[in-house]
Amino acid sequence: MIAEIRRAANTGIYRIRGWGAKRRMPTLDDLVFLGASMSRYPLEGYREACGTDVVIGEDRAQRPVRLQIPVTIAGMSFGSLSAQAKEALGRGASAAGTSTTTGDGGMTMEEREHSSVLVYQYLPSRYGMNPDHLRMADAIEVVVGQGAKPGGGGMLLGQKITERVAEMRTLPTGIDQRSACRHPDWTGPDDLEIKIGELREITDWQVPICVKVGAARPYYDTALAVKAGADAVVVDGMQGGTAATQDVFIEHVGIPTIAAIPEAVRALRELGVHRREVKLIAAGGFRSGADVAKALALGADAASIGTAALIAIGDNDPAYESEYRELGTSAGYWEDFQAGTDPAGITTQDPELSARLDPVLAGRRLANYLQVLTIETQILARANGKSHVLNLEPEDLAALTVEAAAMANVPLAGTNWVPGAD
Amino acid sequence: MSMSGRIFDLAEVSGRELNQALHDAAGGESFEVVNPRGAHAVACGITADIDVVVRGSVGYYCAGMHQQGRVRVEGNASTGLAENIMSGEVYITGNATMSAGATGCGGLLVVGGNSGARCGISMKGVDIVVGGNVGHMSAFMAQAGNLVVCGDAAADLGDSIYEAQIFVRGDVESLGADCVEKEMRREHLDTVSRLLGAAGPIARGVFAEDFRRYGSARRFYNFTIDDVDALAAEARAERWNASSGGVYGAEAVAEAQRERRAELAEFLDDEQ
Repeated sequence: MIAEIRRAANTGIYRIRGWGAKRRMPTLDDLVFLGASMSRYPLEGYREACGTDVVIGEDRAQRPVRLQIPVTIAGMSFGSLSAQAKEALGRGASAAGTSTTTGDGGMTMEEREHSSVLVYQYLPSRYGMNPDHLRMADAIEVVVGQGAKPGGGGMLLGQKITERVAEMRTLPTGIDQRSACRHPDWTGPDDLEIKIGELREITDWQVPICVKVGAARPYYDTALAVKAGADAVVVDGMQGGTAATQDVFIEHVGIPTIAAIPEAVRALRELGVHRREVKLIAAGGFRSGADVAKALALGADAASIGTAALIAIGDNDPAYESEYRELGTSAGYWEDFQAGTDPAGITTQDPELSARLDPVLAGRRLANYLQVLTIETQILARANGKSHVLNLEPEDLAALTVEAAAMANVPLAGTNWVPGAD
Repeated sequence: MSMSGRIFDLAEVSGRELNQALHDAAGGESFEVVNPRGAHAVACGITADIDVVVRGSVGYYCAGMHQQGRVRVEGNASTGLAENIMSGEVYITGNATMSAGATGCGGLLVVGGNSGARCGISMKGVDIVVGGNVGHMSAFMAQAGNLVVCGDAAADLGDSIYEAQIFVRGDVESLGADCVEKEMRREHLDTVSRLLGAAGPIARGVFAEDFRRYGSARRFYNFTIDDVDALAAEARAERWNASSGGVYGAEAVAEAQRERRAELAEFLDDEQ
């Protein structure tokens, strides 16, 4: 904090950084699975099947999205990431049988060509928004907000606004671009319903439409997204990452992922669409199969990863330790995604740095990581006697802290006490 | 405007049927839509070089994401008329409510009457001609293209504008942040003349010479970042020179800055 006061006093500008919230807060680590016991029998870990597929949009879309695993790659823009990084994400996701997502700035052909399932984000800025790309997508994600900054718009600093990025966004090169935080042509859930209708008309009802919200008021936001006609709701907790946002926003706005999922599930259940017509994708701070399995047990249909995927493809690689040192940091601590100086060639537009990332090998790393997440999720599902990961349920969980029990709406371990429950 | 071609009566068929027919159409076809009765997303997502006339008023997002051909609305339009238009022409005889031409990337939008708040918001290359007035925060965050207003503009015109240009014939209630009046040069007169000509009858008797131009002062393009430490380093160097009688100003400054960076690196190491 002393360093931040000194930095602010020197520069007169608030701190901007990447990554997500780092403050201490209840997380999915505060939950444990109960596993099998006298009244529950497990499935054989290496012999009995445990399904992992997820389908989105069966109810309305002519071409529903069929994912082989319950983990997706979150939206990250070309601009914040290099073209090589976007290609790597597409390759890795495709190899693992899941989707990747565009971001603020539009779709690149590198990304489309290497992504078997590509979700096209429809954002407030509409940078690079092209109806041809909308029709080329396998799903559309209307972004209302993101976990790192519910209520805030995107940000891309001048050092990353190269000629190609500027052309895609119709902006002058080198400016510090601050995206809109609200959509320009709708202002509330009733309008959103009409907007989703327009998107369905333009795409001839071919693809699913998701709505992404930052975890702020997940019960109401989810209910309103369902009312607006979403096929899936993406709820992004405050641990969700960003390429560049004000630190004060990252650390002080939104609620933790563990608190957001149960509220979103409550809305879906009350509307009778949970694990039926409308799917819930949870995001924000997912690192392991344990995180994924716990989110599914709380009621999510899939988990979405962003920062973890970047690490998987090579972000914060210790091989570049000397260069991280020159930047005043160390591998494992690099969070200045906004700076454009990423030694790993991922969060940069510098052609020399970008060229360091081999999209084929990086994609293979991501595919391996996604495989591990999936297998870990299956391990925990089988241990709880589930033949499909989506059969996990809150009854399989216990909380290690009173706070986590209250937020997740599961009993404190060793008791039948759910704080706040009637 | 008389039309021949296929007629869609929205009292009888759904908007889905209409839009699918328009999406399946080949270039050169003509369509007439009657009884729109405020329907949303009428004639949106057109990709072929076709002509569509809508006889009556429409709801939200009429001609949204228009890519080719011409859509003419004989009535009024609600929010998001021709939003994200890419090319082609959209012409409306009456008034448009909010966010007409929002994020439009190309093509021409003509509003015969007035246009409400945020006309041309985040426009990215579209040309918009409004026969009457525009509402508040029009051309908000406008990035590229031209907004020509034959009447007056309400408050906060062009707030946070980038490289789009605004031309207003009447009064401007107030300019938004970073939007300033600019000189109307020959090329701007040509631009306005061309767009008035393209707008057709609504611009008869309106002359480019009567317009004033507004655009970005470009003061907000980059963050303003101070560096008090550097000034302090220079001051230290000057003191060093004064006390030592030295004449190595630049080297002294560099030395002071190296000291500062070393301190910072040590501090960051401790923090990690």
